[in-house]
Amino acid sequence: MNQHPGLIGKKLGNTQIFESDGNVTRVTVIEVGPCVVLGRRTLEKDGYSALILGFGEKKTKQVTKPEAGYFAKAGVKPSQVVRELRLSAEEVAKFEQGATIKPSDVFAEGQFVDVTGTTRGRGFTGVMRRWNFRGSSTKTHGTHEYQRHGGSIGTNMTPGRTLPNLKMPGQYGSERVTIQNQKVARIMDDQWVLLVAGAIPGPKGSIVVVRGATKKRGGKKAA
Amino acid sequence: MNTVPKIEAIEATYKRTLPSFRPGDQVRVHYRIREGEKERVQVFQGVVIRRARGGIGETFTVRKTSDGFGVERIFPAHSPRIEKLEVVSRGQVRRSRLYYLRGLEGKAARLKQRRYTKPTA
Repeated sequence: MNQHPGLIGKKLGNTQIFESDGNVTRVTVIEVGPCVVLGRRTLEKDGYSALILGFGEKKTKQVTKPEAGYFAKAGVKPSQVVRELRLSAEEVAKFEQGATIKPSDVFAEGQFVDVTGTTRGRGFTGVMRRWNFRGSSTKTHGTHEYQRHGGSIGTNMTPGRTLPNLKMPGQYGSERVTIQNQKVARIMDDQWVLLVAGAIPGPKGSIVVVRGATKKRGGKKAA
Repeated sequence: MNTVPKIEAIEATYKRTLPSFRPGDQVRVHYRIREGEKERVQVFQGVVIRRARGGIGETFTVRKTSDGFGVERIFPAHSPRIEKLEVVSRGQVRRSRLYYLRGLEGKAARLKQRRYTKPTA
């Protein structure tokens, strides 16, 4: 499980930047914050340690009474998005309740991160688009309404059933996906913006969670 | 092109202004290139046959004839590697993509000169 600190963000879009040597880096612009610490989960009280983060602002009329009470107790303005990040107890202890986390508090330039988001929903999709099937090779010899079909889905008597997990048409997209090991190209604290090299899941304006990379060394910001 | 203010602000920091030029113009591009360890400036002179606008990702293509061979180079318009861009002459052309020049050579590949140059906006 990813135990590295991270932030909640909003995907703003993509652009490119020029490095000092003139090379171009294509980046995704993520607005990470201001993220506030709404609370902390501790081993003693909750059985696990985690940080509760809030992101964005919620209109007053959209805040329900129980929510209002919760945010008042935390001493912050109501957040639009609330997420928990599982962290080790030592990491959790570093953050105060009610504090605002700056991007440079958790990330460093050149560091690798994992970005979790929800992919664009494509609805019920056929096999050609969903699984890159080739479709039917023939249009002639009386073939009718079969050009984009997947073909056979199994044998007859043995095993006499369609095997599980066979690639078939169905819901595609709108799925939680984590892109691993993307490099942090720039951190802009004044804009609350993180530039991550490469692409991340989801459409513009979608909510993502950026955390240090689990599979690469240097996932955690060097102290 | 982007319309998100924060992205525009980021792009603005990398944008640079070159002298105004159009397809058909003869330009000299002073481009910094790396040769192993050393860096030097190379000059590429030719006709602009295309400007592909697109905000920070804008590029333009310059075509020249070198030893009888047509050579085309695509330059990122906002690249810090462009040391300098000089407009040598202004061509009078009627389209924005001068791909037809690829099929022509010698005398046929000349362009009419533009006499009046609009003041640069």
